[in-house]
Amino acid sequence: MIFSHPAAWFERLRRHPAAARAGIALIAASLLVLPFALASVGTAWVRITNLAILFALLSLGLNIVVGFAGLLDLGYIAFYAVGAYCYALLASPHFGLHLPFWLILPIGAAVACLFGVLLGAPTLKLRGDYLAIVTLGFGEIVRIFLNNLSQPVNITNGPQGVTPIDPFTLGAFSFSRSDTLLGLNFSGPIKYYYLLLLVLLAVIVVNLRLQDSRLGRAWVAIREDEVAAQAMGINTRNVKLLAFAMGASFGGVAGGMFAAMQGFISPESFVLVESIMVLSMVVLGGMGNVWGVILGAILLSFVPEILRYTVEPVQKAVFGHMIVEPEVIRMLLFGLALVLMMLYRPAGLWPSTTRKREFIDAE
Amino acid sequence: MSATQVLLEARRLDKRFGGVAALADVSLTIRRNEIYGLIGPNGAGKTTLFNVLTGLYEPDGGRFEFDGINLIGLKPHRVVGHGIARTFQNIRLFGNMTALENVMVGRHVRTHAGALGAILRGRRTVAEESAIRRRARELLDYVGIARHSQALSKNLSYGDQRRLEIARALATEPKLLALDEPAAGMNATETADLRRLLIKIRDDAVTVLLIEHDVKLVMGLCDRVAVLDYGRKIAEGEPAAVKNDPEVIRAYLGGALP
Repeated sequence: MIFSHPAAWFERLRRHPAAARAGIALIAASLLVLPFALASVGTAWVRITNLAILFALLSLGLNIVVGFAGLLDLGYIAFYAVGAYCYALLASPHFGLHLPFWLILPIGAAVACLFGVLLGAPTLKLRGDYLAIVTLGFGEIVRIFLNNLSQPVNITNGPQGVTPIDPFTLGAFSFSRSDTLLGLNFSGPIKYYYLLLLVLLAVIVVNLRLQDSRLGRAWVAIREDEVAAQAMGINTRNVKLLAFAMGASFGGVAGGMFAAMQGFISPESFVLVESIMVLSMVVLGGMGNVWGVILGAILLSFVPEILRYTVEPVQKAVFGHMIVEPEVIRMLLFGLALVLMMLYRPAGLWPSTTRKREFIDAE
Repeated sequence: MSATQVLLEARRLDKRFGGVAALADVSLTIRRNEIYGLIGPNGAGKTTLFNVLTGLYEPDGGRFEFDGINLIGLKPHRVVGHGIARTFQNIRLFGNMTALENVMVGRHVRTHAGALGAILRGRRTVAEESAIRRRARELLDYVGIARHSQALSKNLSYGDQRRLEIARALATEPKLLALDEPAAGMNATETADLRRLLIKIRDDAVTVLLIEHDVKLVMGLCDRVAVLDYGRKIAEGEPAAVKNDPEVIRAYLGGALP
């Protein structure tokens, strides 16, 4: 229901503010209880949820570049890598530095932002396929650098990666330790869950506000017609760079949190497939629409995990042995989902109103 | 003619594309609060001149001053800031934005909120945003398409799209409004409406530069006219005088062989 007519559904809620408030309260309450419900099934599911939220953060960052400004970026994971390595190098025994997380996260965001400008500046005149190829190359260059910057001076520790990375700590409060409060066991992943939820909320607010602003309109104008946008006094160079820089800094923050949660990072986590995965989340959910993008991130994060836990037992129960590996089923379903989407919902599961207009020929 | 009466002064503009001289030695003067027409056969260099004046092309030679300032070499978005707004021969609206949003984009150059303002959404940003919306509504009303404010611009009728482009250009608060063939493809009623709109714009103290194929419209509407042919200006003056200029007649109708 909600997926077929989200706009109408929202409109109905707008006319019944009490129902909307009750709905929001219900969602908030279930999000607060969720980690405990998941922990009762297995702590692994809390970790999976945390990764899903991280991917939602990444997708929202990429949404600024691809969804709002229409700049196709296939190397977005590089900014995630930059943020993660910033955190890892400044909070691990590798250099013997152990700076507090509230200092490193902004540094990571700033460095990622710088890399965003570094990528944006030479590609200002490129669009579409050409931009996609250059960004793809950029993502690979960053990964290869991370892989090889172990000599002559060991900066990244090469393919072995960096470990152990400090968890987030605030005074005596550590995000990696279990604490019991009010009879509830707050494990490390559960603490990170709440922190991630808070960051996600902030990023959603930032996205929504950008979308509905002078800057947001300028991005859409550039996507629609760059020459006309210039003729309206939009400094297309700065506005595009701003899109790259902001998208990148979101990726940088997500990367820092990833490094702290995992305690270990290596270049292997930042391969091209990850970039494509994040882009798929944005496209599947609905480019340009914050809620659609989050939906895409959640779907593409959870479905593979659910398959991992169900495909094997189901086949064993039905056929007595395993016929198709979960990994194979995952790629099959993924391909099928993309084909079905292109056929029936080309603008995504939950498209933005403007994007929907582009795919539906009104004339 | 005193200097303050002159809004735009172009001197000996040259623009070549390879071996083709799109503009050769073109000089013209546009005075404040007039409707200045630019006519000429296809390929005469009218749109090239437009693109030079609005910063899309840099001329190969010559100079022009707008309101006493040299604008050559400035990027299009800076030229708008100095007060030259334009429309396009092949309409270039933001098709998937509503009519209102299109005009709101036009306010970009006169407003300031940046990323931080958008994210924090302070009192000043909120006030600016509502002022943008209010002004955009006024302008839609001014050009007579207020009833379509929520329609997607790509779904508007041809005449209304032309009007929307004018409203969007006016949103930048121009001193000079440059229109590239605004009557192209319009029927007689739409052309008559456009004519009334342009007179209203001039009477509200915005100078209008008009490229047009419809010679009847230009002759009846413009205060002064320049004629381009093969990149050269062959006549300039009041419509009645230009109409009878033998060079103009030759350019349009073809003259006797020498």
